[in-house]
Amino acid sequence: MSNLFDLLVAGLATGAIYALVAVGFTLLWQTSQTINFAQGEFVMLPAFLMLAAMHAGAPFWLAIILGILLSMILLGLGFKLLLVDPMMRHGVLPLAIATMALAIGLKEAVKQFFSAEASPFPSIVPTGDVSILGHAVSLQSIGVLVVAILAVFGLTALLNRTSLGHQMQAAAQNPTVARIIGVPVERMILLTFLINAVLVALASLLITPIYLAKFSSGEVLGQAAFIAAIVGGFNQVRGAIAGGLLIGVLDNLAASYVSTQYRAAVPLIFLIVVILFRPQGLLGRAEERTV
Amino acid sequence: MRSTILAGALLAFAAATSVHAQAIKLADVAELSGGGATVGTNWKNGIDLAIEEINAKGGVLGRKLEVSHADSQSNPGVARAQVQKALDAEPYVLLGPGYSGSVKVTAPLAAEAGIAQIMGGEAAELTQAGNKFLFRTSFGQQSSMPKVAKYIHDDMKAKTVAVVWVNNDFGRGGRDMVSKELERLGSKVVADLSTEAGQADFAADVGKIKAANPDAVFVYLNEEESARILKELKRQGVTAPLMGETTLIGQKVIELAGDAANGARGHVGLTTDAPVDLIKAFREKFAKKYNYVPDHNGLKGYLAVYMVKATTEKMGKVDPKKFADTLHGLTIKAADEPGILMDVTFSDTGDIDRQSFLVEVVEGKQVVKQVLPKVK
Repeated sequence: MSNLFDLLVAGLATGAIYALVAVGFTLLWQTSQTINFAQGEFVMLPAFLMLAAMHAGAPFWLAIILGILLSMILLGLGFKLLLVDPMMRHGVLPLAIATMALAIGLKEAVKQFFSAEASPFPSIVPTGDVSILGHAVSLQSIGVLVVAILAVFGLTALLNRTSLGHQMQAAAQNPTVARIIGVPVERMILLTFLINAVLVALASLLITPIYLAKFSSGEVLGQAAFIAAIVGGFNQVRGAIAGGLLIGVLDNLAASYVSTQYRAAVPLIFLIVVILFRPQGLLGRAEERTV
Repeated sequence: MRSTILAGALLAFAAATSVHAQAIKLADVAELSGGGATVGTNWKNGIDLAIEEINAKGGVLGRKLEVSHADSQSNPGVARAQVQKALDAEPYVLLGPGYSGSVKVTAPLAAEAGIAQIMGGEAAELTQAGNKFLFRTSFGQQSSMPKVAKYIHDDMKAKTVAVVWVNNDFGRGGRDMVSKELERLGSKVVADLSTEAGQADFAADVGKIKAANPDAVFVYLNEEESARILKELKRQGVTAPLMGETTLIGQKVIELAGDAANGARGHVGLTTDAPVDLIKAFREKFAKKYNYVPDHNGLKGYLAVYMVKATTEKMGKVDPKKFADTLHGLTIKAADEPGILMDVTFSDTGDIDRQSFLVEVVEGKQVVKQVLPKVK
């Protein structure tokens, strides 16, 4: 029983990070029909930007701020202007393939300019335990959960409670009508790219102390978050959150109760079941086809 | 006039060939680039240092040593091609490679040529294939795991042990060996956890260890995974003592795992931190020549050349065909040949028996806690 509790806490902590990354997936899809297969590498890169800032002498807090700012510039603005905008007019598939190429490019660049070996990364949460319901739970797990939940709540509040959020939703749901009523659609799309960049930088900050900074660490994350987004519902932010948490917990339970070798297969099997019986995702909205 | 020139040229040629014939030619194939560059560069530098020392003292049986270095690019296919090329030049002894995978594919070539191969690989299977020409410079798993199991049973007093291993040839070999020895000594393996190479998340594995509540945990993973599991063990508050091999307490693991590595213990066959005067002197010489402190691969390369020297002097002649036979069963004492650093005995399979060290990570530093004697 104690084992199950530990697994649930660890699974939720990892799942919360998947959720952050999956939310980014759904945001980009909703506003610009971008399926970003480099999303995992987007999580890997900010950690290296922060490490580079620290190597240049910046304290950790400053490195975090610089890392987030740089990822907004590179992974938000740069990604949209240099890759998404030119490729968009050719359709969803060429753009998706271009993001795959970007993923390879990012990995190789980090390997070339940083190192092929893993590097340690400091944690924003101190090590130690607190007792919850008689169980020792690590501060790190709690810290990861709290930061991820705050980020998701902040984002939901922005989308649902502010005029800016409403404009973003309008731009996502029906860009033509949104334009007619005066919503600056292009600016809203850019904003979602910037929000995605902040989300991946946060995920990077939370996961890298556990997974270590390595050029290849985005592969697992990107895949998990992609599955989470589909399972939860690619067109719903709350679906991505639920999908992320679910995949995190499922992954840990599978590793413990099924087998470590097949742990990666269990979320994929779950994904197939969801696609077969509820193709719009657990919390997703069915979309009508126009053709 | 013409005949004088011809005679002079012939004389010069004869002199050149006789100098050439006097040198004993060794061939080294090592991981000088690619993923194993650290391993291969240390190995090569160790070889060069030993040859420089030996030649400065007059060589072996009055003949100088010469070595050619070739790069395997850390790739077994390239290693095979380079070894074939090296063997075509008919060296006295072949040195390297360092990676077990490269040794596995090159050993049959050296055996076919009847040339002894002194290598750096540590996988158990290498010396179990009946190859009569292959020799180790460090422990294989079959030599190190009995010592590890004995330490867990006798010194850690662990009646129950969790064994965590990486699911590849290296991990499986170590796990089979240590589990068998633990059971033989009377310690029970209560959790047998296989993990994947490159695995990032160890929460579930550590959860299982916690559930099994063992007296000790044996961790046998590669360096990066070792660092990740050490962090997770600390995160989940596992307090059972941790035991491993070089891969658990190496400098890279300490750097990656930080505080979480403190208290971890490991069995190390060769370390430049060993409390042995000859090893300390080697470390100083190496650091002076190359401006960095070598890892155990530097020691391995150095020892390989001194194995050549000691064996040749034992034979009293330079005979590549008899070299392997002479080295089988040979004991070389550091008192007689200081370059061998510690007393060592070679078995009929080319395995090594030598004292080794029990290292603990204390405040981010490797500290040798115990010297474990030779098995026989």
